[in-house]
Amino acid sequence: MITFSKQQLKTPRYLRDVYLVTGGNSEFRRAFPEKRTEELCIEALQEACDYINTTPQELKKHIHSCYYGHFADHFGDQLLGEAVIHDRLGLDPLGNVGIKTGGATGGSTLWEAAKAVASGYSDCVLAMGWERMDEVPTDEGNNYIACAADKDWETPLGHIYTGYYAVMAQRYWQIFGKEEESFRRTMAEIAVKNRGYACHNPFAQAPMKITVDDVLASPVVAFPLRALDCCLMSVGAACAILADEETAYALTDTPQLIYVTAGSHTLRVADRRHMKIPLLPNEEEGQYDDLGREFPGGDRYPGFTGFLAARMAAYYGYRMAGIRDPSEDLDLVELHDAFTISDIQTYEDVGIRPYGRGRTYVESGDCYHTNPNTNAPGRLPANLSGGLIGCMHSVGATGIMQTVECMYHLHGRHGEIHGDELRWERFDKQKPADWQDLQVEGANRALAISHAGVGSHVTATVVVNPDHRLDK
Amino acid sequence: MSYSADVVENRYRLRGEFHSIEPNQPIRNEAGRLCGVTNPRRLVHTHSYGGEYEFFSGIAEGRLIGTRCDNADCEVGYESVFMPFRIYCPDCLQRTTSVDLTEVANRTATVHSFMITERTGAFNTLEKPIKFINVEFEGVCTILMGYLLRGEPVIGDRVVPIFATEQPTYTILDLAWVPEGTDRSDLPKGFSFAK
Repeated sequence: MITFSKQQLKTPRYLRDVYLVTGGNSEFRRAFPEKRTEELCIEALQEACDYINTTPQELKKHIHSCYYGHFADHFGDQLLGEAVIHDRLGLDPLGNVGIKTGGATGGSTLWEAAKAVASGYSDCVLAMGWERMDEVPTDEGNNYIACAADKDWETPLGHIYTGYYAVMAQRYWQIFGKEEESFRRTMAEIAVKNRGYACHNPFAQAPMKITVDDVLASPVVAFPLRALDCCLMSVGAACAILADEETAYALTDTPQLIYVTAGSHTLRVADRRHMKIPLLPNEEEGQYDDLGREFPGGDRYPGFTGFLAARMAAYYGYRMAGIRDPSEDLDLVELHDAFTISDIQTYEDVGIRPYGRGRTYVESGDCYHTNPNTNAPGRLPANLSGGLIGCMHSVGATGIMQTVECMYHLHGRHGEIHGDELRWERFDKQKPADWQDLQVEGANRALAISHAGVGSHVTATVVVNPDHRLDK
Repeated sequence: MSYSADVVENRYRLRGEFHSIEPNQPIRNEAGRLCGVTNPRRLVHTHSYGGEYEFFSGIAEGRLIGTRCDNADCEVGYESVFMPFRIYCPDCLQRTTSVDLTEVANRTATVHSFMITERTGAFNTLEKPIKFINVEFEGVCTILMGYLLRGEPVIGDRVVPIFATEQPTYTILDLAWVPEGTDRSDLPKGFSFAK
């Protein structure tokens, strides 16, 4: 049984407020054979400038230090890729640092950037993330990703990271999904939803109009996961500008508060020892005492069925941002839907549903923009960008892309950005005739979860309209 | 390309063929315009097992070696038994004590979870489909990942370890699992039960 000290459970605190000023995404694709990474990064930065009616030249005058998220040097065959991008962005001689936490790299980049502002070190910072996953064959890419597992104890086993996560999926599927066909269809609904939402996002890599049956007919990757249950392998960039209050309001009239927290857990799932479930503000002592009776085998926590790192990121993040109940206090979420089943696991880790009840978030219709059961707005829409399954998983950029998408909603500008005909044309895409504005009306608070592999690192980014802050 | 290495005077000494060089080739788009170049290379890496050598030499000899925290002052980990092998206790960071878990594994190993996959990354040497299993042992606080070479994995089923003692690779691949009751004659070539 592992335990935490009081000091370890301290609610994180910034020394001053940190604001999200602007952000931007590049287009995301499986490959960009005719673009260098710096072109994608500059594309993202230009989007961020356009969003607040400024120019890179003007914006750069405010930036004091830079934080670069780039997971895998191997993919681009370029060590210190961060230095290349920093140079090409013309930000020398400012201090910069590269951040690598696997799939959570984007979120971790925001975490570091936010702390730089919060501490007073910088008044304005750039957080930029990208990944270049198209310059090696897919099986070599899979090998590189597997190198993020333990090289002695895991990587030689198939050189396939998906397999190391899939044993967690299997355990969740059997214990909490009870191997039910209905649960399998609920998983598939997530793939249908997210790929469908991607159809309305010009930045997205894989928009698809599909059905649950299409998902169930797609090839098995690692049972019960099928090809359409899995996220994308992508190329692209995303960026955000964070600042203190004075700088933020000098740059825009509507900056948003941003809180970023992080959790971690063992790199190898093998090493996860049993412990008591850390409770979120909307959970009660004793709430999970019967979990093992209702779901035999589900009493080992976090075991193979929960992500402690996600739980801890939410544990810190909710307390820091004053969130008591995510379903009540948040208006939308962007979750790390690497796989449909890990998405369900995360609903529980971040307290949208209690442990064992994740599936009901989908089945109730709460996770939709428009609840398919009632035709009313979804209670807490998830992954309206399309997520990792429909939009992208350009690893170093992912957590930033999610946060930028949340920002659009909080500004009420989702339709303006995603519906812009010129953007669709620039990306050489046909805007769908049935394009839909997925703006969440009146959105004031949002959460983005950035997650590494089997849950070694997870960050929680909460973005809040300052008029609706809950921490004061 | 074939090479080997040993340690002489506390440094790696490499022998054989490596660093073969191939020229780059241009990559063009449909219009014939240059987009980039191929980047061929073959790299040489060596790697130290450090204090984990006992585990890897153990499985090559048909034994499963784990570790135990024997620090009575350790508030959390005292008497915890670790498999995977941990050189230091994760709680008190005191050096652990090696313990032979071969008999424990033979007697109590069960499948905690599993996954069957046809897909692998480059450089995989296992036959497909790979049947990943996660194995729990009585009295051990962690759950070891491995692969099943006979039968079908089922959560809760008993398994026993087998070892590639004939031609060991000195990697985790030297340890595999079969269902309890598997006959010696049915073991994969090169594998044997614990000694």
